Amino acid sequence: MIQRIFAILHARNLEFLRDRATLGWNVAMPLLLVAGMAAIFSGGDRSEYKVALIQAEAQAAAPAHPFLETRYFDFIPMERGEALDRVANHQLDLAIDFGAGAYWINPESPGGYFAERLLQSSSKDGEWIREPASGDPISYVDWLIPGILGMNIMFSCLFGVGYVVVRYRKNGFLKRLKATPLRPVEFMAAQILSRLMLAIFVTLLLYGATRLLLDIRMEGSGLALFLVAVLASISLVSIGLAMAARVTSEELAGGLLNLVTWPMMLLSGVWFSLAGAPQWVQQLSNIFPLTHALTAARDIMLYGAGLGDVLPQLLILAGTTAVFLTIGATMFRWRSA
Amino acid sequence: MAAAKPAPILAVRDLVKNYGPVRAVRGISFDVRRDCCFGLLGPNGAGKTTTVEIIEGVTPATSGEVLYQGKPAGAAFRQDAGVQFQTAALQDFITVRETLEMFHRLYRHRADLGQVISDCALDKLEKRDNRKLSGGQRQRLLLGIALVNDPKILFLDEPTTGMDPQARRNFWELVERIRARGKTIVLTTHYMEEAQTLCDEIVIMNEGEIITQGAPEQLLKAHYKAIILELPESDLAEMPPEFPFPSYRRNGLVEIHADDANEAITRLSRAGAPLGRLNIRPYRLEDLFLDLTGKELRP
Ligand SMILES: Nc1ncnc2c1ncn2[C@@H]1O[C@H](COP(=O)(O)OP(=O)(O)OP(=O)(O)O)[C@@H](O)[C@H]1O
Ligand SMILES: [Mg+2]
Repeated sequence: MIQRIFAILHARNLEFLRDRATLGWNVAMPLLLVAGMAAIFSGGDRSEYKVALIQAEAQAAAPAHPFLETRYFDFIPMERGEALDRVANHQLDLAIDFGAGAYWINPESPGGYFAERLLQSSSKDGEWIREPASGDPISYVDWLIPGILGMNIMFSCLFGVGYVVVRYRKNGFLKRLKATPLRPVEFMAAQILSRLMLAIFVTLLLYGATRLLLDIRMEGSGLALFLVAVLASISLVSIGLAMAARVTSEELAGGLLNLVTWPMMLLSGVWFSLAGAPQWVQQLSNIFPLTHALTAARDIMLYGAGLGDVLPQLLILAGTTAVFLTIGATMFRWRSA
Repeated sequence: MAAAKPAPILAVRDLVKNYGPVRAVRGISFDVRRDCCFGLLGPNGAGKTTTVEIIEGVTPATSGEVLYQGKPAGAAFRQDAGVQFQTAALQDFITVRETLEMFHRLYRHRADLGQVISDCALDKLEKRDNRKLSGGQRQRLLLGIALVNDPKILFLDEPTTGMDPQARRNFWELVERIRARGKTIVLTTHYMEEAQTLCDEIVIMNEGEIITQGAPEQLLKAHYKAIILELPESDLAEMPPEFPFPSYRRNGLVEIHADDANEAITRLSRAGAPLGRLNIRPYRLEDLFLDLTGKELRP
């Protein structure tokens, strides 16, 4: 069985590596994307001020504080711990706890300075206790890069595997394989491994490049991050295999894959945080494996989480893999009619 | 009690295949003896490919069953069988040798790859990309793939289509050698000469049904008592009056199907026909095929 998997894997890898055009595209496209990001975000500015409201529910009953009327400020309800972390690393300008009559500010943050002045001017003297919270700034690029890496893994795993399987089925190569002792799971395992190797290779390359070019943050465990990338890749390939289990036309496969990738790209928190989004959007986003992969990756890279901290996400990714592999293997068809 | 017949290696029972309204195979049954070269003949669309693909387990049957060594064909069959499809796609960017190696590793019991390569005359093509093979070279690679597991039973679907005459003869020799190693072969072909040379037993199919079955020689003996006289059409503008034997005009020749050759020749010469280019030949499988299917051959 292992031997059969490796036979298919080896041939698939040869085919892929010799297809210079596709290979080049798979490596060059994400690199270009990252280079573009670097050019756009090296300034690292943003237009809105963000303020966390700790214990927002308690505050809701009381008459609104005049500070909450300030224009161009985004007020986000948040847990105390998370809010303080984010103030410390410059993701938030201020965190306010109306119940305790206290606010937290990073003394080194320009946005914080500005927000504090506004808060003071719309408050009575002595109304607030000032608490400092300091740490390295987290820029938008730091936050965005895990998203870009994840998105690249998503496209590579879904489209790369989906199209190849559909092409093999359409041209009859799968039919030829059916006449051998090869089983569907073995074929699928080989496809997963092949794509996993590519996705991890490209991701490592991109990760290295972003560390070098953009000096992005990496606070936590490298091993944990690696595991997140591996499990994310496998779960996304599984979805690709399930989508391509019996499709025989590239057009239909493309449609199905777009149906999955677009919502994931918009709702998994690749480009912007969903923290301020409506509750139902946040819940919806939880069905996408990419959401969990990105949460885990950011917890590790930005806030120094370890393996134990991201275990729930890893388990979710493993579960997703199991579900979609089962679907894929059950639905799998070798031939086209 | 009848003498114990050796159990067939392959038994096909009441096989039916419908593609929607198209009744491709309409309830056929036959046995393939061990060590036999079994030919499946029939005009285009007769259902040959459909039948072998059902046997190979690649196409599901609408109904009926296929028994390999007495049991429904399954995993053991796939280990033992070698399959050459009429058409098959291979991976791009892979060489001939790498393709053979990949298929080789899928099996438990494996042939010597060097032997397969030299048998199929692929030595000089080992490093060539699959896509850069000519039609006949590709057929030889497909045959090579079918041999990587040293199969007990080998299925060849129109294996010599696209081969030049030399390659075809080499192929026939190779098939004879494979048979000599005690293999069973199931062959579909449009070339009657090929079937007559290679096959011990044939089935002729037409429109999804078997119209006749048996050893080629026996079939010919059973169908024809006569012999064929051939004359160029230009030498015999019209048949002599009251000529007692049936005659046909095909491809510029007049064919006279005579059960008494002496009588036919006497009458022709008495009518003054020039006999210098007269050709006398026995019936061939091709004649039987044409008579039974009523169709012209299109290789
Ligand atoms: N996938 C399919 N869908 C619908 N009809 C099919 C399909 N495959 C074959 N047929 C039909 O079934 C019939 C038998 O086809 P088959 O390929 O078995 O013929 P064949 O005897 O191998 O012919 P040839 O000598 O041309 O190879 C044909 O009428 C064909 O059109
Ligand atoms: Mg055919």
